[in-house]
Amino acid sequence: MSSTSFSSTQTPETGTARVKRGMAEQLKGGVIMDVVNAEQAKIAEDAGAVAVMALERVPADIRKDGGVARMSDPNMIEEIIDAVSIPVMAKSRIGHFVEAQVLQALGVDYIDESEVLTPADEVNHSDKWAFTTPFVCGATNLGEALRRIAEGAAMIRSKGEAGTGNVVEAVRHLRQIKNEIARLRGYDNNELYAAAKELRAPYEIVKEVAELGKLPVVLFSAGGVATPADAALMRQLGAEGVFVGSGIFKSGDPAKRAAAIVKATTFYDDPKIIADASRNLGEAMVGINCDTLPETERYANRGW
Amino acid sequence: MSSSTLPLPSAGAPPTIGVLALQGDVREHLAALAGAGAQAQPVRRAEELAEVDGLVIPGGESTTMSKLAVIFGLLEPLRERIRGGMPAYGSCAGMIMLADKILDGRADQETIGGIDMIVRRNAFGRQNESFEAAVEVTGVEGGPVEGVFIRAPWVESTGSEVETLARLDDGTVVAVRQGCLLATSFHPELTGDHRVHRLFTDMVRAAR
Repeated sequence: MSSTSFSSTQTPETGTARVKRGMAEQLKGGVIMDVVNAEQAKIAEDAGAVAVMALERVPADIRKDGGVARMSDPNMIEEIIDAVSIPVMAKSRIGHFVEAQVLQALGVDYIDESEVLTPADEVNHSDKWAFTTPFVCGATNLGEALRRIAEGAAMIRSKGEAGTGNVVEAVRHLRQIKNEIARLRGYDNNELYAAAKELRAPYEIVKEVAELGKLPVVLFSAGGVATPADAALMRQLGAEGVFVGSGIFKSGDPAKRAAAIVKATTFYDDPKIIADASRNLGEAMVGINCDTLPETERYANRGW
Repeated sequence: MSSSTLPLPSAGAPPTIGVLALQGDVREHLAALAGAGAQAQPVRRAEELAEVDGLVIPGGESTTMSKLAVIFGLLEPLRERIRGGMPAYGSCAGMIMLADKILDGRADQETIGGIDMIVRRNAFGRQNESFEAAVEVTGVEGGPVEGVFIRAPWVESTGSEVETLARLDDGTVVAVRQGCLLATSFHPELTGDHRVHRLFTDMVRAAR
């Protein structure tokens, strides 16, 4: 054994793209749950969540209360960080890079630049390359996903329609993204330039997606998952994991439902396990029909 | 019956190596194992565990992985196979799962165990402290590997049977081996460099 075998040769480098994207790779196959206090965070961790999203109000309550939805109180975020050992995410408003700076300073593990909060900038999203903390962003289609990745997002979630308990928009957005990736796969090199223009995304990323046949970052699904079968549906449609917002803590038995959704997410292709996980979960959140939602109350339309 | 007519597995046939697929960066490990010349397949059930010559426990959330292993009755079969000498390699969360003892885990967190070491979870800090650094690993030829450390654990102490394979400049132990069990704090599966997986594949071959 030579003496050189016991030394590293380089100063550690933080905040690299590989470390940011790699963090999301570790969450794959898992469920990320919205929580509003330390007690809920512990329930989520007990149920097997891979991470929690700390926020003051779940989307269903944001809908009900109306008004401007902002970043959560730092105290509340810190309480949740202290309560659990799994990663903690928190939301900033779209384009509100100072909220993002605050979240980074608090030491959250991931920042969600989220359409669920009221946008702070109607033109620009935050420059996410400027941060050590990685970002996840929502997308309704491939172009939107690739623009966020160009801005530095290290993880993408299909948006769905948060706070509705209705999976229809999550399905629409995930299918849209997957279909557009499949279409890119069929293009030859000549066509990719026009495709980039059409997608309003940088050519280099478009080319990378065409070659990989997937996004260069992890793709989760969000917005409307309320049951174990919903979660398994999103996985079978190609999501690498799921965010569950209001669906858990707006239901009759959150602990049980949370554990059931975790099980169904892992064994998303085993209907018998999904069936067992779906038994006696108590009341699901009531839910909202998305086609009766006025345009102004559709969060998925926020961001561009 | 002459032996030449029987399809005996030759020493050169690729070993079958499973990747525990309850949660985590399973796909990257499957790809790295294939790149290292193994026959790689995901393992979520006890029947699937019985089919493999060796097992990789991927990066992910160790609390989630441990919880799911208990719920789906996989923890005891995993322990049994490792006690029976099945080679295993754990990266990051996988290192935690192979540790006999952990610090800063949840009070009720079960590990598979097998390596006589104490591992500290999230030892380097939160995600903002996640980093990359080149790491020389004993048994891996051709220069240092790119060490990707994500909310990574470190090895706090080891028993006498455990060989230290890599340290950071400050002496922190980040890779160990005990018999046919291997563990790294970092994620070679995220780098496209398959040398650590080749080392493990060779360990599985040797154990067959």
